[in-house]
Amino acid sequence: MSRTVSDPLVRLQGIVKTFPGVVANAGIDLAIFPGEVLALLGENGAGKSTLMSILAGLYRPDEGTILFGGERVELRSPRDAIHRGVGMVHQHFRLVDSLTVAENILLGWREPRFLLDLRSSAAHVRRLADQYGLEVDPAARIWQLSVGERQRVEILKMLYRNARVLILDEPTAILTPQEVEQLFRAVRRIRNEERAVLFISHKLDEVRAIADRIVVLRAGRVVGQSSPQASPRDLAQMMVGHDIPVAPKRHLPPGAPVLEARGLDVHGDRGPLAVRGVSLQLRRGEILGIAGVAGNGQRELLEAIAGLRFPAGGSLSFNATDIASLTVRDRWVRGLAYIPEDRLGQGLVGAFTVTENAVLRDYDRPPISRGAIFNWTAAREKAETIVNAFHVHSASLQVSVRHLSGGNQQRLLFGREVLTAPVVLLAMHPTRGLDVEATTTVHRLLIDLSAAGTAILLVSESLDELLAVSDRIAVMHRGRIVGVHPTTEVSRAEIGLLMTGSAPS
Amino acid sequence: MAGAAPFPEWLEVVAIRGGAGMAALAVGAIFLAATGHDPWRAYREMMIGALGSPFAIEQTIIKAIPLMLTGLGVALAFTMGLWNIGAEGQLVAGALAASWLALTASLPTLVMLPGLILLGAAGGAAWAFIPAVLKTFVGVNEIISTLMLNYIALLWVDYMVFGSWADPTAFSFPYSRPFPPQAHFPVLLGDIHIGLVLALIAALLLAGLLQRTHWGYEIRTIGASLPAARYAGMRVRRNVLLVMAASGALAGLAGVGEVSGVIHRIQQGISPGYGFTAIIVAWVARLNPWAVILVAVLFAALLNGGFVIQTAGVPAAIAYMIQALVLFLVLASEHLLRRVRRRRALSQTRAALQVGR
Repeated sequence: MSRTVSDPLVRLQGIVKTFPGVVANAGIDLAIFPGEVLALLGENGAGKSTLMSILAGLYRPDEGTILFGGERVELRSPRDAIHRGVGMVHQHFRLVDSLTVAENILLGWREPRFLLDLRSSAAHVRRLADQYGLEVDPAARIWQLSVGERQRVEILKMLYRNARVLILDEPTAILTPQEVEQLFRAVRRIRNEERAVLFISHKLDEVRAIADRIVVLRAGRVVGQSSPQASPRDLAQMMVGHDIPVAPKRHLPPGAPVLEARGLDVHGDRGPLAVRGVSLQLRRGEILGIAGVAGNGQRELLEAIAGLRFPAGGSLSFNATDIASLTVRDRWVRGLAYIPEDRLGQGLVGAFTVTENAVLRDYDRPPISRGAIFNWTAAREKAETIVNAFHVHSASLQVSVRHLSGGNQQRLLFGREVLTAPVVLLAMHPTRGLDVEATTTVHRLLIDLSAAGTAILLVSESLDELLAVSDRIAVMHRGRIVGVHPTTEVSRAEIGLLMTGSAPS
Repeated sequence: MAGAAPFPEWLEVVAIRGGAGMAALAVGAIFLAATGHDPWRAYREMMIGALGSPFAIEQTIIKAIPLMLTGLGVALAFTMGLWNIGAEGQLVAGALAASWLALTASLPTLVMLPGLILLGAAGGAAWAFIPAVLKTFVGVNEIISTLMLNYIALLWVDYMVFGSWADPTAFSFPYSRPFPPQAHFPVLLGDIHIGLVLALIAALLLAGLLQRTHWGYEIRTIGASLPAARYAGMRVRRNVLLVMAASGALAGLAGVGEVSGVIHRIQQGISPGYGFTAIIVAWVARLNPWAVILVAVLFAALLNGGFVIQTAGVPAAIAYMIQALVLFLVLASEHLLRRVRRRRALSQTRAALQVGR
């Protein structure tokens, strides 16, 4: 689209924001024009979300100014921001489950002041929904809606408040490809009304599909601007700063089966089966990737294998013995390691030190404990070993792990789980939230580990990751495995189709 | 700009916490002045009453003993994230169990004393075990159940001292027959009974348990992150039962100390709310066993000073008010401390990365 030169809606100048241990924004200038979709592209930790949170009034910058139509403004709260016409849709929705769509949209808005006329508000919501193709029933309650519909409610909420600048923070991460298309259509309509849409993402193809202009952030600075015609390779280069290292994967001859699930049924947290009749076989030294949109039973499957959830049906064997009735600890002792999705809430204890976290698995057996007595020297030695072998950067072993960066937390967790060369490693989103370098390290560790004989079950939402390290890829959809293919014999498009439940042939 | 920190960190911690205590006294002074009392004189009298003479110090330590034991019990439960606010009832249950032995059995001292201690601990443990079972198997919130059980225990004392244990020579005063001399705790110095030794041993054991055993590691993990504890295969239910019982046993010991060490009988109102003050003690001590001992002495001094100034026409409630203010302001100072630490971390980051210069 061609754009006549106009004044920017918003101009950010010299924005600096620091957090303990991190400079999130190191002097960023950015102008946002009406009628454009501006993509902010950058790795995790590049400072995109921080910058947008400043524009949305959530954080106040340490330095720098924000200009609306040339006027210098201080945004003290999200309320200030929305009154200036800036609305942000966060990755984690801020909706009240038990209220209706219309009620959620009105919640916290200045109008109506006293009397709620829900009927006319609902009509207004319906008009907006039709106008932008964001179909959702204003009378439905949030808990009844799918994730995609909830996102539409968040967008409608901002449109209802007449946002001129709409910020979407990683909006596609939770959507199916079809929902992404629908979102893009809505974004284009919004853009055509002289509003601006800020699209935060680290997915190149999406950014190229939707953006009018791309601004690339790296390490808290703007490192480049580009048009959507730029090649993915150039964009990736800008984003990462150097060539993306391709992890070398050696395809080993398949070994003996070490883990076998047959017809596994597992209940989810809310009761109904989250895993339905899953059968899979994992061989020594192989990496089996599990693709799928989040929430299709991946977590429940891994938890059932790890022993954190008891299956409702089916069998589970490990090294040819039945383990269905063994506890988490028994399975760990036999060589079943697990890197859970929730790094800091489950895999590590945030308030504990590096040393204390290093022994979470074996705190009650030699050499860490003899009899009832906990041996701190042995614990420190183990922590030291992990820190050195897996390059965990920490000021000392006495630091609480919540103060470590995500990459260091993950290396500590990874190191603890694999130090004893497990027979099977279950890993769920092991690179989520990590920067490029940390991600590469984790990939290399996975590959080295499998080369040493460990069988790995890897759940990831990144197809690139799965294609880069897996020997075989299985796809999960609605609790079932809908296809297992050797990585060399499957295309990205086929996997994408399977993920949405449309099985080919 | 504040620039580089001029003080070492521990000094900041002490200064901020001490400041919170001072602020509590200052706010208390405003209330005293507003109700027509001379705050300076009242505080001086309290100080003299709490620590001004050997007798005063003795009385303060006697009152500190039950605060230490209940405070340790509460601190143990809180460390595991169990909100036991039933130490008062567990203290009373321990006192009742010990009284039963003292009043009904005639045993030699060497049998009687260990019996009292064991039975008292068992009484407190049993009282705490009820909410633990309800929590583990039925999912009843322990905050409600431990609180409610306090009142049942207190009324049970009434039932006993007006009924079968009533002192026939006391007309209808609410206390039991006196304990036989074999059931009196030996004293160490003046009227300070061996409960003090029990409390110090308990602190030693608790500190050792939490820091130097794998069970302690388990308790701390469960308290810090339940999902992580499950992930590590810790048996959470078993620990809820054990830790609640241990917590109650410590409170039960406090009850034994009161009946066998101080009043030598059981009566209505054997505790002026030690089990509730214990919650403040544990929290102000940040659940550290040795700090509990120290804070218990300070709070006992406050309590004792409060009793003494009643004779000068100042309500003893001022002591409770100051306790509450201390808790409030210490909690508020935690927030301040976090901000100080955060700012320090920030300035170090900025210095290291030289941003915006």
